[in-house]
Amino acid sequence: MPRTLSLPSKTKKTAAKKAARPVASKVAAKKAILQATLKAIPKATSKTAPKSAKVPVKAVTKAKSVAPEKVTLTASSKAEFSKSPFNSSLKPAQKINFLREMLRIRRFEQQALKYYNQGIMGGFLHLYNGQESVAVGTASLMNGHDEIITAYRDHGHALAVGMGMNECMAELFGKGTGCSKGKGGSMHFFAPDKHYWGGHGIVAGQTPLGLGLAFAIKYKKDKGCAVAFLGDGAVNQGVFSECLNMAALMELPIVFVIENNGYSMGTSLERSSAIRHSLASRAEGFDVDWSLCSGFDLYELRASLGEAMEKARTRYRPHVLEVATYRYYGHSVADANAKKYRSPEEIELYKTERDPITLWQNQLLAENVITQVGIDKIDAEAKAEAAAAAEFGIASPWPPEESIFEGIYHEVDHKTEAGQTGRFFFSE
Amino acid sequence: MPVITYRQALNDAFAEELTRDENVFLMGEEVAQYNGAYKVTEGLWERFGSKRVIDTPISEAAFLGLCVGAAMMGLRPVVELMFWSFAYVGFDQIINNAGCIRYMSGGLINVPMVIRGPANGGTNVGATHSHTPENFLANTPGLKVVCPATPYDAKGLMISSIRDNDTVCFMENTLLYGDLGEVPEGAYTIPLGVAEVKREGIDVSLIAHGRAVLTCLAAAEILSAEHGVEAEVVDLRSIRPLDEETILNSVAKTHRAVLVDENKPFCGVSSQIAALLAEHAFDDLDAPILRVTALDAPAIYSMPLEKLQLPDAQAVVAKVLSSF
Ligand SMILES: Cc1ncc(C[n+]2csc(CCOP(=O)(O)OP(=O)(O)O)c2C)c(N)n1
Ligand SMILES: [Mg+2]
Repeated sequence: MPRTLSLPSKTKKTAAKKAARPVASKVAAKKAILQATLKAIPKATSKTAPKSAKVPVKAVTKAKSVAPEKVTLTASSKAEFSKSPFNSSLKPAQKINFLREMLRIRRFEQQALKYYNQGIMGGFLHLYNGQESVAVGTASLMNGHDEIITAYRDHGHALAVGMGMNECMAELFGKGTGCSKGKGGSMHFFAPDKHYWGGHGIVAGQTPLGLGLAFAIKYKKDKGCAVAFLGDGAVNQGVFSECLNMAALMELPIVFVIENNGYSMGTSLERSSAIRHSLASRAEGFDVDWSLCSGFDLYELRASLGEAMEKARTRYRPHVLEVATYRYYGHSVADANAKKYRSPEEIELYKTERDPITLWQNQLLAENVITQVGIDKIDAEAKAEAAAAAEFGIASPWPPEESIFEGIYHEVDHKTEAGQTGRFFFSE
Repeated sequence: MPVITYRQALNDAFAEELTRDENVFLMGEEVAQYNGAYKVTEGLWERFGSKRVIDTPISEAAFLGLCVGAAMMGLRPVVELMFWSFAYVGFDQIINNAGCIRYMSGGLINVPMVIRGPANGGTNVGATHSHTPENFLANTPGLKVVCPATPYDAKGLMISSIRDNDTVCFMENTLLYGDLGEVPEGAYTIPLGVAEVKREGIDVSLIAHGRAVLTCLAAAEILSAEHGVEAEVVDLRSIRPLDEETILNSVAKTHRAVLVDENKPFCGVSSQIAALLAEHAFDDLDAPILRVTALDAPAIYSMPLEKLQLPDAQAVVAKVLSSF
């Protein structure tokens, strides 16, 4: 039986009342915030609605106490996010560009899915559909000195930092023109020149690498921070706890972003994680700051993450930001149970009510930043670009056989003296 | 030439490289303020400060991963494992990250770091503290594995390893830290992948790495004095890259090979050398390839039995004589 979270459904009715009450401690404040946000879930769907940690909640930082009544997703709080210093000076062109980037990711993946289903693309394919705002919002905050790293659900981050659709699509097809020359596949995209350090297939294995990025930034006195992404399932790997401890101890400029999409493969958050208030609040025990935010709204994500990144850069304060988000497809496309561990209604709810792209489109329309015609045009371009990338990938040659022994040792690749002494490979 | 310990030779190598290259830093449990669990890093924290010589909590996975991440960004971490036996809790970081990232990125990234510490049995501390994982690590294309036997080699190989642009797993030995040897002052390098004939001979090739080299040298003296057998001792020095040429040249000369290895026999380093000889020295051999390795059981605690578990000079002598 799934264990009950700290928010039995009964509290929903009284949530509003409780939320209005002043709270004594910070922890209690966070609890109240979570409860209050449950109001935002439509009644008809409350049966399938996700529990506490999955619902969008307003960011809270340790430093200030937030009045609980302000935290529901009301128009006024939304407006507040748009007025945050990270959003207030955004130019219309930038806002439109966020939309373009999100649409490009979605169309890219839908194109990939098509060929995967036809059986001409192999590997695993972990789609990011539904979560695009997180990668795009993050990339939009990077200052040229920031470094990011993520897990295997990495296409969105790759495109968001500026990797080309062609090289990414070719990599999915295992072609020599791929970003990793066909050696990495879907889970292993890298672009160090764009401050993107992968693309990692082992759950949470990337989290200490993120620490290393942050360590190097501080060591070199660079003006950036590291952002390391992980899933709601990944938080249960021991190494992540080690990372929180070391991040605080060494005062490293890092933000861990938990992309909480409610599931790790077929296991819901409730079945995988013992939590008190949220996953992020585990950071409390390590004296690491933490906050929660909705990933469905770009303004909110940018406001919350922007603040955390700035604090990491300027004060070497690590931070854990838990972002509520949702994936529409199965864990990977090969996930045969994609619709068994969650109800179709739940998926539908998120698609219709919380789709980050739709919400952003509506926002931009309301702000008169773009017209529907403008949106359609961007979408058509994204579709065409993705289709062309697929053609490029299909038409590209396989990597040459001799490339099997390339890219293993730097010294061998560069034919240095150190790469010439002794035998490196033992194939025959 | 100054005569110093194996430990001091390593310490000198760190000091040279910390001075030479701003990007080099040392990290690990107790390496800084405590001066190292085995005092290999003694005095370096005082001399180079907290930025360059860094203590960590007991979190091998996190600090190994941290070093991989820092190396991707161009720093040159030298990270100590108090024992290589503790690598297993951070194995993911070594194998999947240090070992595979260059490949999976299509050669875009390299991980120039040294992972070092003692890897040996024979110290009466039981199985969990007596592992010799050189075979596991050398089984990972992308990693390099180095096992110096003498103070001179320790310093030269360490400096090469720190300057190397790939990840080097550097295996020391607590039983060797106090050994004395002639070591030049200042920096010098010994290339990885170059074995050394530590003793010339014509009757049999003893092929070994790490402390087993010293066992072979002792055995060779007994063989010469008591049995009129002149053994050649080949010190591999690095397991990957492997100096096949020196191995094959030696066996072509002596026509006999006895492999001596403190690693376990099953899929161990000696298995790899045996395969090499079977493939490329078959016609040179006058006798079957023989092995003297650690006995194939977890390292036992009990002291007299532990001594039996590792190759010693008498066992090597007996094995050599059995081949004639
Ligand atoms: C060490 C390890 N264990 C198991 C797996 C298999 N696996 C891959 S993804 C995954 C679920 C992870 O879920 P989460 O962290 O929530 O990320 P999401 O897939 O939702 O993005 C599992 C079990 C793995 N890749 N690595
Ligand atoms: Mg998840």
